[in-house]
Amino acid sequence: MRKIWDIHGGIHPAENKTQSNQEAITQAGIPAELIFPLSQHIGAPASPVVSVGQHILKGEKIAEAKGFVSVPVHASTSGEVIAIENHFIAHPSGMTAPCIIIRPDGKDQWIEHQGISDYTTIEKTELLNRIRDAGIAGMGGAGFPSAVKLNLRDDQIIETLIINGTECEPYITSDDRLMRERAEEIIEGVKILQHLISPVKETLIGIEDNKPEAIAAMKAAAAGTTIDVVVFPTKYPSGGEKQLIQILTGKEVPSGGLPAQVGIVCQNIGTTYAVYRAVQYGEPLISRITTVTGSACERQSNFEVLLGTPIHYLLNLCGYQAERCSRLVMGGPMMGFSLESADVPVVKTTNCVLAPTPNELPPPAPVQACIRCGMCAEACPVSLLPQQMYWFARAKEYDKLEGHNLMDCIECGACSYACPSNIPLVQYYRASKAEIRQQKLDAEKAEHSKARFEARQARIERQEAEKEAKRAARKAAAEAKAAAGSDNQESKQDAVQAAIERAKAKRAGGATATPQSKTDLEKAVTAAEKRLATAREKLQQAEEQGADTVPAFKTGVEKSENKLAKVKAALDDFIANNPQASTPAASTTNDPAQLAIERAQQKRAGAATQSPLEKVEQQITSLKTRIDKAQAKLAEARAENSDKLEIFETSVQKLQEKLAEAEQQKQQLQTESPTSNKIETNDPAKQAADDIIARALAKREAASKMTDLERLQNAVNSIETRIAKTKEKLTVAEQEGSDTIDILTESVKKLEVKLVEAKQALSDYEDQQG
Amino acid sequence: MALLNVTSPHTTNTMNTARVMQLVLLATIPGVLALTWHFGWGTLVNIAWASMVAIAAESLMLYLRKRPISFYLSDCSALVTAVLLGIALPPYSPWWLIFVGVGFAIIIAKHLYGGMGFNPFNPAMVGYVVLLISYPVEMTIWATPREALELDLPSIGDAIQALFLGRDAVAVLTVDGITMATPLDVLKQNNTLLVDDLWAQSPQFGRWAGAGWEWANLGFLAGGIFLLTQRVFTWHAPISMLISLTIMATLFYDGGSSNSGGSPLFHLLSGATMLGAFFIVTDPVTSAVSVKGRIIYGAAIGILLYLIRVWGNYPDAIAFSVLLMNFAAPLIDHYTQPRTYGHQSNRPRGE
Repeated sequence: MRKIWDIHGGIHPAENKTQSNQEAITQAGIPAELIFPLSQHIGAPASPVVSVGQHILKGEKIAEAKGFVSVPVHASTSGEVIAIENHFIAHPSGMTAPCIIIRPDGKDQWIEHQGISDYTTIEKTELLNRIRDAGIAGMGGAGFPSAVKLNLRDDQIIETLIINGTECEPYITSDDRLMRERAEEIIEGVKILQHLISPVKETLIGIEDNKPEAIAAMKAAAAGTTIDVVVFPTKYPSGGEKQLIQILTGKEVPSGGLPAQVGIVCQNIGTTYAVYRAVQYGEPLISRITTVTGSACERQSNFEVLLGTPIHYLLNLCGYQAERCSRLVMGGPMMGFSLESADVPVVKTTNCVLAPTPNELPPPAPVQACIRCGMCAEACPVSLLPQQMYWFARAKEYDKLEGHNLMDCIECGACSYACPSNIPLVQYYRASKAEIRQQKLDAEKAEHSKARFEARQARIERQEAEKEAKRAARKAAAEAKAAAGSDNQESKQDAVQAAIERAKAKRAGGATATPQSKTDLEKAVTAAEKRLATAREKLQQAEEQGADTVPAFKTGVEKSENKLAKVKAALDDFIANNPQASTPAASTTNDPAQLAIERAQQKRAGAATQSPLEKVEQQITSLKTRIDKAQAKLAEARAENSDKLEIFETSVQKLQEKLAEAEQQKQQLQTESPTSNKIETNDPAKQAADDIIARALAKREAASKMTDLERLQNAVNSIETRIAKTKEKLTVAEQEGSDTIDILTESVKKLEVKLVEAKQALSDYEDQQG
Repeated sequence: MALLNVTSPHTTNTMNTARVMQLVLLATIPGVLALTWHFGWGTLVNIAWASMVAIAAESLMLYLRKRPISFYLSDCSALVTAVLLGIALPPYSPWWLIFVGVGFAIIIAKHLYGGMGFNPFNPAMVGYVVLLISYPVEMTIWATPREALELDLPSIGDAIQALFLGRDAVAVLTVDGITMATPLDVLKQNNTLLVDDLWAQSPQFGRWAGAGWEWANLGFLAGGIFLLTQRVFTWHAPISMLISLTIMATLFYDGGSSNSGGSPLFHLLSGATMLGAFFIVTDPVTSAVSVKGRIIYGAAIGILLYLIRVWGNYPDAIAFSVLLMNFAAPLIDHYTQPRTYGHQSNRPRGE
């Protein structure tokens, strides 16, 4: 005797199987109209391959599989396609879906078909294709395409093949009758499955002990084969795939996994029979055994029904009394769903049509409060805590629901059955599952959008980076150029600036005596000039830095130039109209500032066209002039002992450095070809830098040579001189009553403080030196 | 007939909440009979009055909460609270004591916490503790059992009079020896006599525990076993409570010295042990939910019960132990989720 495992929980509802399992299966016959939904299985709906008006034969494919997880649909009798349209289908929501509608011609004429005489001789893939082409999907309830389930990866080893003959739902007896009457065929079907998946350990047919006739028939048929018929106690929901696996093998299918992961493939009795018909006779799946039961039917029995047969046709066969029927259920009372009308067709998964009276299955009683009695938890076959999940579902705490493994709920209905407060627990779980799925979809969508946004950001950044790289390259080039002609540019800039300033000073001197309107115009000219100068400066800076604002600044310069031209024109007009107002200082053409600017511009323009050598030479000349000037200023400052002395010193020094650089460049340019300039410019720059360092060192040395005493005395002297000067200025200011008195007084005070400090330092030093 | 459009399952079993409550009420009968036989009509009068107050309070609260009154009254849950509290209160208690206790239990402990199914604490026990703390004198007068009484037990008329007019108004209830300390109290106060000597000297003691008490406890045990066979609750919480109490009593029995905590049998059949085990600890609303959780919950109550009885300030401690563990129930639930099919561990995900 094999070991039988127990599942957690489970319930024992009234079986109600004897009403329908007494009679042999009868043919239901051909109804007036057949309806074939395109989706009778899990996966993508099939797509029609017939057109309205087309005559088709029994077994002809009317819709083909779309994609891998999909199966085709076949006509179950010969006739004419009268419509391809939406029709009510067997679905809990009572929705409509695309269907092919056929009017039978009554001839029931088969399409040409042929079985395989020896399936062991053909390729497994071909055998699988045949099963797929026969439109076979799991007939126990879910309707998962069987070929997909049987199509194993090469590395997958199946230990156990399980054939599910449990039929644990109350009322349903279709598998029971099928096993009783067609055991031989089923066993042949099992052999085909064995051949396909080659279970290394065992092949089991699991049947609940409430079907003794079926057990006996199957045992007899299985005698002499490697197939074991295993009988176990009746308990709902033993027929769930996962539960049956646990009962027969003690193994658990991992959460979210497939039985194949634990080396098991499970197939339903009806499916096995369909596989046999498909392989042995080449018949596609066009009919199935369906139980018609419930007290609202006079006759309760099993029928071999053509797929597509409307439910009302079946019910009428059984003396259905609509006025006594409380609800129509497709499937069993535990997991079946109620139908809105009897117009829906029988499909591949329709194992039962249940038409109970109100006494038989009373309407749901009013819901009472959950008292957490835990009867649901005791009934749950997967060890969930339904009462806790009920709270969470009501509070919409979906993360907690997932934490309590809501997704492992098989919706068997045992908890709702057990609940003394009549709470429709399964309904809460279905709704919550749907909500969680929707949320996940939304989250995925959001994630997708985020990814798209990030990709866009990355692309923009990349483009920026590319631009930046180009800019950097340009900047490097510009610097290289600048290293070659930096003095040149700077000196030019300085020259321009100096010229502008001079011009301004001059104009300021000469513009006072002019009439009001003319002054205004001149002011406008000055302002425009100023703006132009600033714009140019900015442009130059931008060009030096290689910034991408160069074009903007260029436009700015152009605009400023235009404006200046306009203002000047206005001024000219004014002067032309008022000749008496014309003075040399105010004349635009004679405006020294303008002239200076123009000169400077010309210079700059000239510089642009000059050869590097010329540039350098010009630079040297200009630098020399500037050095002379600076030195003159320095001498002046020294004579005055001005506090600007340092500034002048630095500027002279800088100018000298630049001069040295320029001279070096010149030498180089003279010795080398102009094209190699850019490459070689690094060297002079470096040398110049070395020179600076050398000079700085020399300076420091000189400073260090000066004795501290001298330094301190110098400081004291300098401060004394400055105090004297400031006091003089203060006297003048006091005499004139100028507003600088305060500032001067303040600075005298500060200088006196400094003097005291300096003297103190000096005396300290003298003390130290002894 | 219009077709019903409902979700599966289309069939349910015959058990319903009202039936569960009725079974519980039914199961109290042997214990109540034993109490009445040994201590007189007081307990029955308590129960009757408590039931009336409970139904009135429940109706009032349902009305105020705008709930259908007859529908919710029919679940009998208020009656269960009233009956349990009526049993727990001393016989011949005054009307106002019961009124306050039941009123508090139904109005505050049950409805103000959300009503049926939402109350975190057992309403009857909350009512009991409120009375014990507020009216210690009234709550610690217990009637003398038939075995220790030289007179006849008070009549039903006396009992009703005592309810409405108070003990002092009833001549029979003012005589000496009509009330005495409970056996648990006697044992607790004892620190000079060996247990055997105490047994011989005190009239309160009977064959295994207190006279009368032992029969009441056996009655409630019988009721509990009946409920177990009816699958009204599972064995886990009550049995683990009784086992842990037995273990504690065995550990600290010390052979019956003057310091002894009392024998295991004494503890099992004294005070409200069996009433607690099968009628209070099994209250599903306020207990832990999983099998493992219920075992822990019951065992902890057994231990607390012994600790408070022997080393605490109160001679009996069902109410305190249960309320303390009501606090802990959500925590126990959190850590005792069963392992779901197809999962490796029972740890809640995401924690």
